Amino acid sequence: MSNNQADYFQLFNLPEQYAIDVKLLEANFRKIQSASHPDRFVNAPASEKLASMQQATLSNEAYGTLKNPARRAKYLLERRGIDAVADTNTALPMDFLMQQMEWREQLDDAKQAKDIESLERLYLQLRAEAKAMEANLGELFDVTKDDVAATELTRKLIFIDKVCADIQQAIEYLD
Amino acid sequence: MAYSDKVLDHYENPRNVGSLDKNDPQVGTGMVGAPACGDVMKLMIKVNDDGIIEDAKFKTYGCGSAIASSSLVTEWLKGRTIDEAYAIKNSEIAEELALPPVKIHCSVLAEDAIKAAVADIKAKQAAKESA
Repeated sequence: MSNNQADYFQLFNLPEQYAIDVKLLEANFRKIQSASHPDRFVNAPASEKLASMQQATLSNEAYGTLKNPARRAKYLLERRGIDAVADTNTALPMDFLMQQMEWREQLDDAKQAKDIESLERLYLQLRAEAKAMEANLGELFDVTKDDVAATELTRKLIFIDKVCADIQQAIEYLD
Repeated sequence: MAYSDKVLDHYENPRNVGSLDKNDPQVGTGMVGAPACGDVMKLMIKVNDDGIIEDAKFKTYGCGSAIASSSLVTEWLKGRTIDEAYAIKNSEIAEELALPPVKIHCSVLAEDAIKAAVADIKAKQAAKESA
């Protein structure tokens, strides 16, 4: 298996850049999924069965990566040899970390108070922040091609996604 | 994954949780974060005129190992000089808490928080001297 070298953009016939044609991504994903569907390989030799399964797995992983803005940004950086979430890199701007702390505190307080409304408000606020960051990422990756700034913003976006996931989890738990 | 007894102890009874006055010229603040797991760690140290750390407080949002790592270092920091604090290695923290390989990054976070807090207090001291 050559999953590590597989080029997710090439797989879906997309140019390697941050801004993507989501409709084209989805259409090409469905094409691959249907071409590699197990039903088509019921009577095929074992080697073809295996190959189609690997293709289906790869396209799932590739689709999930390119569809999600934070994962797409992280993947673009990986392709350039940059690990945006390296364990050894713990530095982020102080004001961003302060903001992180505040969001985490709000999340904890609302969770303890079983205040679903506050959780939902916080979630919407963070999604708006993420949206603005995603727009900026398009500029940094595709226009100014500033890898350093793109890496920092990608790290921030991954952080926000993590808080959002935790808020969602808290809401589901309380519901 | 099973946490070691020491991690559980610090997680259930974290030492020195809280904040110090960040505007106090004797207080240094270190903030670090790990995007991969979403952990955020704030470490504050109060350093007296002899360069000894008198007090240390932390606030960490993260997994048990991240909380235990920061709780442990606040205990270690008290009574040490800032240079001794700066020399603390993440491997010592990981060893003391018996952290498994997948949680080593939590000890890295704690080491980096100390270094950031020391850098902050040194910057404050330098600013005072040049004032």
